[in-house]
Amino acid sequence: MAENLPALLYVASGILFILALRGLSSPETAREGNRFGMIGMVIAVITTFFVLENKGFGTWFLILLAVALGAVPGAYIARKIPMTAMPQLVAAFHSLVGLAAVFIAWAAFLAPAAFGIGAPGEIHVQSVVEMSLGAAIGAITFSGSIIAFLKLNGNMSGKPILLPFRHAVNLGFGLFILLLIGMLMTFEQSSTTFFLLTLAAFILGFLIIVPIGGADMPVVVSMLNSYSGWAAAGIGFTLENMALIITGALVGSSGAILSYIMCKGMNRSFISVILGGFGGEDATAGAGADEDRPVKQGSAEDAAFIMKNAGKVIIVPGYGMAVAQAQHALKEMVDSLKEEGVEIKYAIHPVAGRMPGHMNVLLAEAQVPYDEVFELEDINAEFRTADVAFVIGANDVTNPAAKTDKASPIYGMPILDVENAGTVLFVKRSMAAGYAGVQNELFFRDNTMMLFGDAKKMCEGIVKAL
Amino acid sequence: MAVQENKEAVEEAARAAEEAANAAEAAAANATGSAETATQAAQSARDYADQLATLVASMGGPSDFIFLLAIFILAVFVGYYVVWSVTPALHTPLMSVTNAISSVVIVGALIALGADLAESAAGGISKYLGFAAVALASVNIFGGFLVTQRMLAMYKKKER
Repeated sequence: MAENLPALLYVASGILFILALRGLSSPETAREGNRFGMIGMVIAVITTFFVLENKGFGTWFLILLAVALGAVPGAYIARKIPMTAMPQLVAAFHSLVGLAAVFIAWAAFLAPAAFGIGAPGEIHVQSVVEMSLGAAIGAITFSGSIIAFLKLNGNMSGKPILLPFRHAVNLGFGLFILLLIGMLMTFEQSSTTFFLLTLAAFILGFLIIVPIGGADMPVVVSMLNSYSGWAAAGIGFTLENMALIITGALVGSSGAILSYIMCKGMNRSFISVILGGFGGEDATAGAGADEDRPVKQGSAEDAAFIMKNAGKVIIVPGYGMAVAQAQHALKEMVDSLKEEGVEIKYAIHPVAGRMPGHMNVLLAEAQVPYDEVFELEDINAEFRTADVAFVIGANDVTNPAAKTDKASPIYGMPILDVENAGTVLFVKRSMAAGYAGVQNELFFRDNTMMLFGDAKKMCEGIVKAL
Repeated sequence: MAVQENKEAVEEAARAAEEAANAAEAAAANATGSAETATQAAQSARDYADQLATLVASMGGPSDFIFLLAIFILAVFVGYYVVWSVTPALHTPLMSVTNAISSVVIVGALIALGADLAESAAGGISKYLGFAAVALASVNIFGGFLVTQRMLAMYKKKER
């Protein structure tokens, strides 16, 4: 009984975590799901309190102190973080899970008796493998997430940094890590070997993410999400803890699926994203001398006039809207248009924004009802019946070159067919190419009107003109 | 004649006595032998039991592992189906909430922090590491769940 009850409670918290994810299938059940997740976490923590070896006052004090040290900044950040900064926040959070996993693996390595996995230097072989994997994946998650954070936060250039022989070097580090795990299994379990293992994994995580360009960051963030799950599962096996194993498996597969969805949204293979190098100067091949061709320019008044007389307008928001913080001004514009009797829908490309589902959150923040927001597959056919496609801060995801130009780096990427709408309005700061570095043929078409300017100011201008 | 008869009787008695002695000796030898056999049997039984015990003990490890592995694999499948059913509009909250729940590694950190290891130097370090890991995981637990809650609160239906 003494051992069975905690085990069952850990399973219960695992199930609550499954329900937390299940709730996210619809915005209506999502809040309830999140509460399930919180309850699961509370159960896991409290159960652990009661199985601790040392339940003395000192221990309780230390635990409460540590929790408070984490809880205060955590809660503060969660309240204050702007929604545009969600990708880097998630990357930062991943790095913390990774580092925590490394610390726990080290704690288990130094004091195995506390975890019931043998004596120092004589840890069960199986446990050594599990904790080594936990430490290695945790370390890769940590350093990789730090780089992802720096790139997403703009502290580091989004351009891929291509080191010479990087594939060979990465492979070498990977093999070195495996070799060290082998040494820990067969020879002396020295802390030097374990240290080298951790260090090599830190360096590998850094090397894996550095060559990946800013445009691929949604994939990277999802991938690191997955890694943090596998690291948790590795620790879970060491501790033989059901809650950790279930959670690790959930998070690991969740991140993997998100990476897959993101790759599909960009029509890129996962391997090519991992190998890196996309989104830099070498990808500008398709641009060239198109810059001089004439484009039709318009003002906010022109745009207001066109949209006021339209029956149906589909709005295509992109990351540029988020950067300009234009979502609230956009909402205001939409409200004015609705008063004129115009039907409004939003179309979201899977890779709009800097992380999966980012654009939906930004629109939700601007109080756009979620049932006006549609995914690519659901709305693409509707552009045919729309009078106006209002593209704000997006570019590559509307580029017909993805369908027609086999030489284009974005060839094969699913795009929103804005070209089928009666008129296409592009809100853009300049003629500069998008993230993929490709020129958009659409800018030069007769039914396209370019609205040059800051996305927020443009929306405000249109509101005034209405 | 009587003397002769007596002598024969005595000789016979002596022979009988000798036989008895022999028999007794043999019996005694036998007894020692069976005692030894018994001891040996007991010994081998004990050895056998020990072997069984070690066998059982060694079998205990892998079968536990397979049990956990099975749970892990099943959870991967559950995760696969559950995550595909998540609406794309909620992928960002999905990431933040998975981030929060992966901080359940705090369990491992608590065990390290709450271990009885004050006597050894390595145990001391282990405690510090546990302390740091509890703090790191707490940032994630509170930050992750609260930011998810904040995001989800923004998703509203059209007012009709």
